Amino acid sequence: MIEQLPALQVVLPLFSALLCLLIRNKTASRLFAVAVSWGCLAIALILLQTVQESGIISYHLGGWFPPLGIEYRIDLLNAYVLIIVAMISAVVLPFGFGHWGLSIPEGREYLFYCAFLLCISGLLGITITGDVFNVFVFLEITSLSSYALIAMGRSRRALRAAFTYLVMGTVGGTFILIGIGMMYLETGTLNMVDIANRLPLAYGSRTVLVAFAFLTVGVGIKLAVFPLHHWLPNAYCYAPAAVSAFLAATATKVSYYVLVRVIFTLFGAAYIFETLRFHVLLIPLSLLAMFVGSAVAIYQTNIKRLLAYSSIAQIGYMTLGLSFASINGLTGGLVHLFNHALMKGGLFLVAASVMHSIASNEIDDMRGLGRKMPFTMAAFVLGGLSLIGVPGTVGFISKWYLIVAALEKGWYPIAVLILLSSFLAVIYVWRAVEIFFFREPDAETVIKEAPLSMLIPTWILIGGTLFFGLQTGWTAGVASSVADSLLGGLP
Amino acid sequence: MTPDQLIALSILSPAIGALAIAVIGRNDDGGHTPRDIMTIVATLFTFGFVVQLVGPVMAGDRPELSLFEILPGLAIAFKVEPLGMLFALVASGLWIPTSIYSFGYMRGHHEHHQTRFFVCFAIAIFAALGIAFARNLLTLFLFYELLTFSTYPLVTHAGSEKAVKAGRSYLGILVFTSVSFLLLAIVWTWQTTGTLEFRPGGIVDGHLEGTPVFLLLALFVFGTGKAALMPFHRWLPAAMVAPTPVSALLHAVAVVKAGVFTILKVIVYVFGIDFLTDGNYALWLCYAAGFTLISASLVALTKDNLKARLAYSTISQLSYIVLGAALATKTSVLGGGMHIVMHAMGKITLFFCAGAIMVASHKTEISDMKGIGRQMPFTMFAFFIASLSIIGLPPLGGAWSKWYLVLGALEAGQLVMVGVLVVSSLLNIAYLLPIVVNAFFYPAAEVQIGDGIKEAPIACVASLLVTASGCLILFLYPGFFLDLAQMIGEF
Amino acid sequence: MQWLGLWHYWAVIILMMIGLYIVIARGNLVKKVMGLSIFQVSVIMFYVSIGKIEGGTAPIIPEGGYQLVYSNPLPHVLMLTAIVVGISTTALALALIVRIQEAYGTVEDDELNKIDGASS
Repeated sequence: MIEQLPALQVVLPLFSALLCLLIRNKTASRLFAVAVSWGCLAIALILLQTVQESGIISYHLGGWFPPLGIEYRIDLLNAYVLIIVAMISAVVLPFGFGHWGLSIPEGREYLFYCAFLLCISGLLGITITGDVFNVFVFLEITSLSSYALIAMGRSRRALRAAFTYLVMGTVGGTFILIGIGMMYLETGTLNMVDIANRLPLAYGSRTVLVAFAFLTVGVGIKLAVFPLHHWLPNAYCYAPAAVSAFLAATATKVSYYVLVRVIFTLFGAAYIFETLRFHVLLIPLSLLAMFVGSAVAIYQTNIKRLLAYSSIAQIGYMTLGLSFASINGLTGGLVHLFNHALMKGGLFLVAASVMHSIASNEIDDMRGLGRKMPFTMAAFVLGGLSLIGVPGTVGFISKWYLIVAALEKGWYPIAVLILLSSFLAVIYVWRAVEIFFFREPDAETVIKEAPLSMLIPTWILIGGTLFFGLQTGWTAGVASSVADSLLGGLP
Repeated sequence: MTPDQLIALSILSPAIGALAIAVIGRNDDGGHTPRDIMTIVATLFTFGFVVQLVGPVMAGDRPELSLFEILPGLAIAFKVEPLGMLFALVASGLWIPTSIYSFGYMRGHHEHHQTRFFVCFAIAIFAALGIAFARNLLTLFLFYELLTFSTYPLVTHAGSEKAVKAGRSYLGILVFTSVSFLLLAIVWTWQTTGTLEFRPGGIVDGHLEGTPVFLLLALFVFGTGKAALMPFHRWLPAAMVAPTPVSALLHAVAVVKAGVFTILKVIVYVFGIDFLTDGNYALWLCYAAGFTLISASLVALTKDNLKARLAYSTISQLSYIVLGAALATKTSVLGGGMHIVMHAMGKITLFFCAGAIMVASHKTEISDMKGIGRQMPFTMFAFFIASLSIIGLPPLGGAWSKWYLVLGALEAGQLVMVGVLVVSSLLNIAYLLPIVVNAFFYPAAEVQIGDGIKEAPIACVASLLVTASGCLILFLYPGFFLDLAQMIGEF
Repeated sequence: MQWLGLWHYWAVIILMMIGLYIVIARGNLVKKVMGLSIFQVSVIMFYVSIGKIEGGTAPIIPEGGYQLVYSNPLPHVLMLTAIVVGISTTALALALIVRIQEAYGTVEDDELNKIDGASS
C-alpha cells in the first residue's frame, strides 16, 4: 500500500471527482469531498515523512520504466508543495459547511464538489509527476476546473473573469506545451531527470533558448508574474468566497513550483543564471510586482481585490527569492510559498466570513465590524501583521531570508526596496483595520459573528501564521534543504 | 526559584495578567473592581519577580533563559544584565502607581473600553520586559514591534477622528523607521558579524570599519523611532491625544524608554564604547542629540497645551540619554542609564499631575491654570518637585543624572556638549517653572463655585504623591541605581 | 539554408501568429475562442511535424520483420491528449460565452466593458 501512495495521491481525488458525479445529494457529496481532501492530506504527510527518512521516491506508473514510462518522482521539494496543496484543500473544503453563496441551481451542488476535487487532483498531479508532458496535462486539468469554479461566483462578472482567465491561461498552457516540444526536440525524452542529463549537451542551440523562453512566459502567465498578472485580480475577486481562498493559496504556488523545476532541475542554475543571466530580467519584474501590486492595493475598495493585488506583490517576493539563485534567496522564496498560502488562505477566508455575514465585500460596508465580528477581524489583523512582516509571524521569516540573501550578494538597494514595500503593506492593511475598528457600524442591521464552521478553518490558517512564525523548523528547515539540493553546491 | 525561572516568570506575569484581565473584565467596559484588583495583582507579581532578579545581578550573575530558535542560529533568548535590569525595574515598578492612577482617572473621566485599556497596558509591559531582558537583537526587535502594536489601541483609545489620525502618525513613523532602518541594520549586523548577541565590547569590532560603521550606527539610531530623535519625533506629540495614564506610563516610561534603552544597548553591547571612541564614530550623534535637545526645549516653550509641552520636554530629555550614549564613555553611559530612572520618575509625576488637573477641573491649557494651586495644592506641589528633578536641581534625583552626564561630556572632551547641557537646563527652568509660579502665585482667573480644595480622585493624587516622593528618595539614596548603572558594559 | 525544407515550421508560425492576433485583436468572445483554437492547432502541427523522420515509415511492424527507420509515434500520441485538452477548453469557453450572453445580452468585449463599467 505504501508503495502505491504516490499514485494514490492523484488517483484518489481524481476518481472521487467522478464518483461525486454519482452522489446527487448535496450534503453527502460535500462530506465525501471533505473526507477525500483529508485523505489526500494524510497521504501527503506520509509521503513527506517517507522522503525525509529514505530519500527520493520514484514510482513507475503502470510498471513502465522511465524514461519510457511516466515516473512520479517525489523529492523534498515535491513533498513540501504537496503538503501545502493538501493542507489548504483540507482546511478550505469544510469551511462554513458549504455556505459559499455559489450561483448554482439547487440540486446541482455535487457538480461543484466534482470540479473542486478535479482541481485538487490536478494540482497534486502537477506537483508529484516527474514527466514534463504529465505536468502539462495536469496543468490543463487544474486550469479547466478552476475556470469552472471561478465562473460559479455570485455576480455575472465572475463569468467574464473566468473567460479572461481561460484565454490567458490557455495561452500560457500552450506556451508551456511549445516549450516542452522544443525540449523534446533537443533531448528526445520527456522525463525530467533525463532531460536534466541531456539538455546540457544542447545548451548552445537556439532551440533550448527559445524553449526556456516559452516555458518561462507560459509559467509566468499562470504564476501572475508582473506584467502577466492581468487575470488575477478579477478572478480572485469574483470567484466564490472560499474558492478564492483555495486558488490564492494553491494555484500560484504550484505554478511557482513548476518554475523552480524548470529553472533548477531541467535547465540547471548555472545555465540560467550565469550564461543566460535570467535574473537581470526577473529581478526588475519582481520589484515592479512588489511595488505596483502593493501600491494598487492601497486604492482598492473591495477587500478581495485588495488581497488579490497584495498577492501579486507577494508573488513578486517569491520570484525575487528565486532570482537570487543563492541558498538564502531560494529558501526565502520557497518558505514564502508556505507562508503566503497560510496568510492569503486565511485572509480570503476572513473575506468569505464577512461576505456570509453582511453579503458584501466592499470595505466601506465593513465599518465597525471589529466590534460585531471580533474573532474574524482579529484574524484579519493577525494576517495583516503577517503580510507586513512583523516578527513572530511567518511573513517576517520570508522577509528575513530575502534580505539576508540581498545583503549577501551585495545588492543593498534591493534590500532597501524589499523593506520599503513592506511599509506599503502597512498602509493598505491599516487602512482596512481602521475602517473595521474605528468607524461606527450600521446601527439597524443585526450582524453576527461568523459561525464556528467558518471561524475554525480561518483560525487554523491564521494561527498557523503565528505558529510557523515561531517554529520555523518544519517550513524554513525543509525549504533550506530543498534549496541546498536544488542549487547543488552553488553558493 | 532559579534565576532563569525568574526571568520567565517576570516576563510571563504581565502576559498572563493580560489574559486574566481580559477574561474577568470581558463583560464590563467601565469601572469594574474585580478586574482592577486583577490588574493590581498582575503588577505586584511582575514587580515581585523582577525585584528578585536584582540580587543575582548585583552579585555579578547574569541569568539566562533560551527559548526556541526561530531562524537557524537565532533564538528567542533572554539574559539579564545591569542596563536591562534597570529598565525592567523602572517599567515594572512604575506600572504599579500608574495602575492605581488609572483606576482613579478612568473612572473619574467615565472612560469607555476600560478592559481593553488595561489588557493592552499589560501586553505593553510584557513587551517592555521582553525588550529589557533580550539577549540578542532579534528578540529585542520582536518585542519592540510587539510594543508598537500593543500600544496602538492605547493611543487611539478615544476612537475619535483625532485619535485615529494620531494613531496613523504613531504607527506610521514607528513602523516605517523600524522596518526600513532598524531591521536593515539588524540583518546587516547578522550578515557581517555572524551573530546578533549582545556582548560587552560589542560585536562589530573586527568586522566593520570606516564608513559602513557610520551608516550602521545611523540605521540603528534612526531606526529606533521610539527614541524620538529628530526628525522622527512627531509621533510623540501626536500620541498625546491618548488618555493621560497612557501618556504617563508609555510615553514617559515604557515606550520612549524602550527606545533610548535600545540605543544605549546597541551602543554599549553591539558597537562597544571603546570601538566607537577609537574610530570617532559617534561624534555626529552627539550633535544630532544636542540639536534635538535644544530644539525640542525651544518648541516646548511655545506650547500652551500642558501635555504638548510635556511631550516636547520628553523628546528633549530622551536626547539626554542618547547624548549619554553617543559620548561613549563609561561615565556618560552611567549618566544615561541614571537618567532613564530619574526622568521616568519625574516625567511620570508631571503627566500624572496634568491628568489630575484635567479630571478635576477639565483644564488643558497652561494659561487657564492660573491660581490652580489653591484648589489642587497636592498636585501642584508634586508638579513642583518633579519639575525640579527634570531641571536637574538638588535635592531631587535628576541632579545626579545631569551631574554624571556633564562629567561624561568632560571625560569625552566635548565641551560643546557641556554647554548644551547647561543651556538646556536653563530652558527647562523656562518652560517648567512658570507653570508652578502661575499656579501658586496668581489669583484664579474666575471665581470658583465652592472654594477650597477640589483635588483629583484620591487614587490619582496618591499615585502622584508617591512618584514625587520617589524623585526625592532617588536623590537621597541613589546608590542602588548607581551601582547598577556602573556595571553597564561589563558582562 | 533550407528555408523551403522547413515549410512546416513556417506554417506553424503563421498559424500561431494568426491565432494569437485573433485572440488579442478581436472583440467578439466567440472569435477569441476561434483564435485560441487556431493557436492550439498550430502547436499540434508543430509536434506532429517534429515526429516525422526523413525516410521513415509509419511505425507499424510489417510482416516479415522490422523496417529500419520509423517515424516517431510519440508526438502523435501526445497530441491526442492535446487535442482533447483543446476540445475541453473550447467547450468550456463556449459554455461560458453562452452564460455571458444570458447574463449580459451581448458577447462583444467593448459592450461588455461598457455594461460593467456602468454598473460598477
